[in-house]
Amino acid sequence: MTDNTTTWDVVIVGGGNAALCAAIEAAEAGASVIILEGAPLDYRGGNSRHTRNFRCMHSGPLSVLTDRYEEDEYFDDLLRVTKGETDENLARMTIRTSETCLPWMEKQGVRFQPSLSGTLSLSRTNAFFLGGGKALVNAYYNRAADLGVAVRYEAQVKHVDIQNGVFGGVDCEIAGQPTRINGKVVVLASGGFQADLDWLARAWGPAAKNFLIRGTPYNRGVVLKDMLDQGAESVGDPTQCHAVAIDGRAPKYDGGIVTRLDCVPFSVVVNRHGQRFYDEGEDVWPKRYAIWGRLVAAQPDQVAYSIIDSKSIDAFMPSVFPPIQADTIEGLGQQLGISGSVLKETVDKFNEACRPGTLRGNELDGLATDGIEPPKTNWARPITEPPFYGYELRPGVTFTYLGLKVDDTARVTGEGGRMSNVWAAGEIMAGSILGQGYLAGFGMTIGTVFGRIAGREAAAYVA
Amino acid sequence: MSLDILNLTDRTPTEEARRQVEICNACRYCEGYCAVFPAITKQRAFADGDITQLANLCHNCRGCYYACQYTAPHEFDLNLPGILAEVRQDSWDRYAWPGAFAGAFQRKGTPIALALIVGLALLFLALTALRPASGEGFYAYLSHGGMVAIFAPAFLLPLVAIGIGLRRYWAEVGGQRITFAHLRDAVAATANMRNLGGGQGQGCNFEAGDRYSNQRRVAHQLVMYGFLLCFASTSSGTVLHYGFGLEAPYGLFSLPKLLGLPGGFLLTIGAGWLIRLKLQSDRDLGAASAWGGEVAFVLLLGLTGLTGLALYAATGTALVGPLLAIHLGTVLTFFLTTPYSKMVHGFYRLAALIRDAQVRL
Repeated sequence: MTDNTTTWDVVIVGGGNAALCAAIEAAEAGASVIILEGAPLDYRGGNSRHTRNFRCMHSGPLSVLTDRYEEDEYFDDLLRVTKGETDENLARMTIRTSETCLPWMEKQGVRFQPSLSGTLSLSRTNAFFLGGGKALVNAYYNRAADLGVAVRYEAQVKHVDIQNGVFGGVDCEIAGQPTRINGKVVVLASGGFQADLDWLARAWGPAAKNFLIRGTPYNRGVVLKDMLDQGAESVGDPTQCHAVAIDGRAPKYDGGIVTRLDCVPFSVVVNRHGQRFYDEGEDVWPKRYAIWGRLVAAQPDQVAYSIIDSKSIDAFMPSVFPPIQADTIEGLGQQLGISGSVLKETVDKFNEACRPGTLRGNELDGLATDGIEPPKTNWARPITEPPFYGYELRPGVTFTYLGLKVDDTARVTGEGGRMSNVWAAGEIMAGSILGQGYLAGFGMTIGTVFGRIAGREAAAYVA
Repeated sequence: MSLDILNLTDRTPTEEARRQVEICNACRYCEGYCAVFPAITKQRAFADGDITQLANLCHNCRGCYYACQYTAPHEFDLNLPGILAEVRQDSWDRYAWPGAFAGAFQRKGTPIALALIVGLALLFLALTALRPASGEGFYAYLSHGGMVAIFAPAFLLPLVAIGIGLRRYWAEVGGQRITFAHLRDAVAATANMRNLGGGQGQGCNFEAGDRYSNQRRVAHQLVMYGFLLCFASTSSGTVLHYGFGLEAPYGLFSLPKLLGLPGGFLLTIGAGWLIRLKLQSDRDLGAASAWGGEVAFVLLLGLTGLTGLALYAATGTALVGPLLAIHLGTVLTFFLTTPYSKMVHGFYRLAALIRDAQVRL
């Protein structure tokens, strides 16, 4: 193992949003900073490269954000999705700090754009990045370079060297070469473990092998596991991950935003035996797509099929792959690899249970089925007009909840209490605040708020 | 994105562009950069004409490429500015009239260089053969009648050819009757080149990779306004000649000189700047197959400005004769190759902006 003789002020493990915010804050305060990004340059930025917005509190119009979105409403939204699985003090601190983050981000070169078409419901709460998350990541890397931050790509950290609660350096492989990087303090911002399917399978059971990973293949939780093995205090349910129902033909990793499917509310969804298993019209899709990941994961072979007819094909955002198409329900079933006759029976039963009425796609229209189990409680319109279309659905994992417990200064706690020179930010500690569910754009908020805190605290420590 | 063509390498540029555009339409992160993405979101299916329109609407600012999470080595392998540039080149070939000249001066630099040599030779020959017995200024070397005999057809014939190409374009993209509002919108977009502004005036991603820069936008506008000033200068000379009986040579404070001198400077400086930026940029994000033809075209355009300035500087010296031949030969080559060189992009781009205005307004 080569011993790098330089001792950096601040070593940052990871190269996504939280890592970059920490690096910029620390470098602005005068510290010497090195970023160890596990991915090669083309894939830098972790899951941040797939994100598109940042949920931001504001008491009046702010940049691209309309109206206002204040602390209590924001916190209520968080409480609703987490069902109380949050730390109120940390959550409220994060929410309050988000308002000052947006102007700071703009100062670093991040650009915002008005809410994207098809996402108008978020124009008040979420500030969209011009060009998406990769453009944000590019802006931060450029800013970091201007501040003299060193960046090593393909730098896979294997072990964080902590002796008696004090950090001294990391052992890593840089482009395959074993390397030791010494530093006075460390900021851990290396994400969750969702790309490690074996780990997911240990937590979830073998079904997890069939899950698709929506984001970076580089978040394998090596640093998280190393820290837990060294007695760092954890937070979040180790068995849980956030998964949504996505196009079953998506790549195994890194499919990102385009693999989403918004057709479920307009469809009937069956499992591979051709049977329905849940109310497709329970609520508007933005509020329900998250539970469908779990629902599909519970079906045989972790697969389901969403069936619509030509009346609905233009009712949702275009899919990245075209749907399977047939002139009859039986034919569609065969093409999807499920029994055509059973599918026909299921659809016929559904059609008979539909009641007259007008479908209103943008609201809960109460157009419910009558007399079938499970019912479809909104948007229940008979599937009768050929051609018929089908999409295969599979669970797509977005992130995991298990993480390092931090306090409001982003410091990690070990067996001997709060560590003096170890901080964590981003997905690796998000479970402290987001213990369950998901709130759009909140991951980026946590990463930005805690990345900045960690960077400032780290720089102050070495100053 | 059609699964059945995902792994084929023999798809046409239009098919490949369609594959990529369908991925963009499911993503939409780039909506704020330029006119292309809002145009994409208005549709779910893309006919060949739709792809042609998007290709000509694309200004190759490259913001989308550097922001894209699906560029190679990702398996979706997106390079939208690159493939739209190829589709754009192909479309100009398809619309070119007469078809025999399609692509003649677009892809490679050599044909432009050869054309320039021929153009220069013709003018030297004309100056020798048609030298008038008397005359002032340039007309001592080539009579006004001689100039008109050469340049009237050399100017008008290419315009006819371009007109025919534009009609073909308009039919393919489904264009409708043009109103003043459409024109105003398109001309405004050209005047400030807002589609090279990155959506917020921060510029595009050309010579500086993933950093934004306005250099290309500024350099392009120097060339464009320089060219328009030179064109206005010549036009004003024509008006003075025929309308007021005022013949060349014109003094420094005459309209042709007041327009032509700054025009020549802007054109020359802008063209040199554009070439420098082009050398710094990534070829694969443009029409890689047309790189040589594009550089040669910008050089030719810059040369029309530079030779014009040199000619003016040589006033009263023995160099006027040869410099006049060189300048007029360059201008002749520029005019005659216009329908088949990169110059034609200006016409199709304006048409695409008008069509886009029709869809938006």
